Amino acid sequence: MSFLEVKNLEAGYGPVQVLRGLDFAVEEGEVAVILGANGAGKTTTLRALTGMISTKGSVLFDGEELVGKDTDAIVRRRIAHVPQGRGTVSQFSVEDNLQLGAYIRKDKAAIAADKEKMFVMFPRLLERRKQAAGSLSGGEQQMLAIARALMLSPRLLLLDEPSLGLAPLIVRDLFNTLGEINREFGTTMVVVEQNANLAFKIAQKAFVLETGSIVAGGDAKTVESDDSVRKAYLGY
Amino acid sequence: MGTFFQLLIAGIETGSFYALVALAIVLIYQSTGLKNLAQGEMAMFSAYIAWQLWSWGLGIWLAAIVAIFLSFLIGMGVQRIIIRPVQGAPLLTIVIVTLGLFLGFNSLAGFIWGYLVKGFPGLFPGSAWQITSSVRISAAAAGGFAVLLVLAGLLFVMFRLTKIGLAMRAVAYNVETSKLVGVKVNQVLMLGWGLAAALGAAGGIIAAPKLFLDPFMMFGVLIYAIAAAAFGGFDSPLGAVIAGLTIGVLENMAGFYIGFIGTDLKIIVPLILILVTLIFRPQGLLGHKIVVRV
Repeated sequence: MSFLEVKNLEAGYGPVQVLRGLDFAVEEGEVAVILGANGAGKTTTLRALTGMISTKGSVLFDGEELVGKDTDAIVRRRIAHVPQGRGTVSQFSVEDNLQLGAYIRKDKAAIAADKEKMFVMFPRLLERRKQAAGSLSGGEQQMLAIARALMLSPRLLLLDEPSLGLAPLIVRDLFNTLGEINREFGTTMVVVEQNANLAFKIAQKAFVLETGSIVAGGDAKTVESDDSVRKAYLGY
Repeated sequence: MGTFFQLLIAGIETGSFYALVALAIVLIYQSTGLKNLAQGEMAMFSAYIAWQLWSWGLGIWLAAIVAIFLSFLIGMGVQRIIIRPVQGAPLLTIVIVTLGLFLGFNSLAGFIWGYLVKGFPGLFPGSAWQITSSVRISAAAAGGFAVLLVLAGLLFVMFRLTKIGLAMRAVAYNVETSKLVGVKVNQVLMLGWGLAAALGAAGGIIAAPKLFLDPFMMFGVLIYAIAAAAFGGFDSPLGAVIAGLTIGVLENMAGFYIGFIGTDLKIIVPLILILVTLIFRPQGLLGHKIVVRV
């Protein structure tokens, strides 16, 4: 059985159904990227995984069913979600945001150590330690959001368009960092992206989403080199 | 000069319970982003509970502490039963619901205890310290002020230094992010209401000996408390305390030194203060302007 196994996932907003029976699976330690055009249901997929919208179907995480559980209960299974638009408290200082990220953890010493680790990984955050998150630049906010999520010491990290609104150079740095996190901590990741080029560099798996269902998926190299998929959904 | 200090002390005494109710309003605002108009009536109701326990034979301090604890439970119950179903509704809907709570608590108190004014025993002895020939500090004034400082201090420690305080502040600013770090948002909101009700209860119980207990006891106090919260900044507990005390003092001074205000027009003091605050510093004295870089 896979680490994360999604079967026949359906979700939507009120009468509008967005996901029409998704199936995909990710193994432990892998980075999976979900690609798709605007409105394909990428964000909704992540929101369904963390119980932020009402969902039908099945999400097995390490053998345990997540559908029907509250968001806080899902988070307690160490699934961190960085939503689109950052997911930090903009009125909080950088440090308070990191502290908040470790909310469910009880190991005080390890939390303090992890916080220092974040400052090593993202030196800009150390400089801005006491500054309100809302006053950081877009790139710094995205780094803070990822650091906030890592403070959970997640087993699964969900990232919703981390490149959104960032300069190309910063995006490249960001993906390098994500790759490092994956290699160093073995954190499993599901990354939703429109920037296919970069995402393929760190991903082992790729899924292409179109109007609420997976139309192609599997090994990232295969998907990347599949001409029809590339032309239809990736546009190059 | 003696008169001035006497007015200052009297102002701090009334300011202490304005500040306590203002703190309660700020607490709910901080943890739920909502201004609870029924805070004063809930405090009045708590004072009645204390009075009831006292008249059944409990010592006044024990009665006060039990009443504050019961108020904590009532506050959580109100959140769970009345506020939670309208969570996420438009602001106006929620304001109307708190207005309904206001009338509900007022009528319920009248229904249970009647509308006749009841004497309320003081928590502090009736003695006073004679400082100079013309300045006296009553034990009630000093005691009320001390209660305010202790509760405000506890609240500050809770907000700034504890995990649950961090969660409460996070929920106030960003519910989605709070959920994503594993905060049980509904429990935090309930706790916020419970703590606010307990703080308000302390304010009501301290105010009751001076204002005399009846269902309309807190009408005036609520206006002063809202003025204090607005003046101090709705998201600043420290601001609420400073502003509550300031308003108490200003009100007393204005009543004495400005001829036409007297005792009848004191109520315009907080109203003018609200107006001036909204015009010149809408976030309040110590409130935070929300700065977001986009």
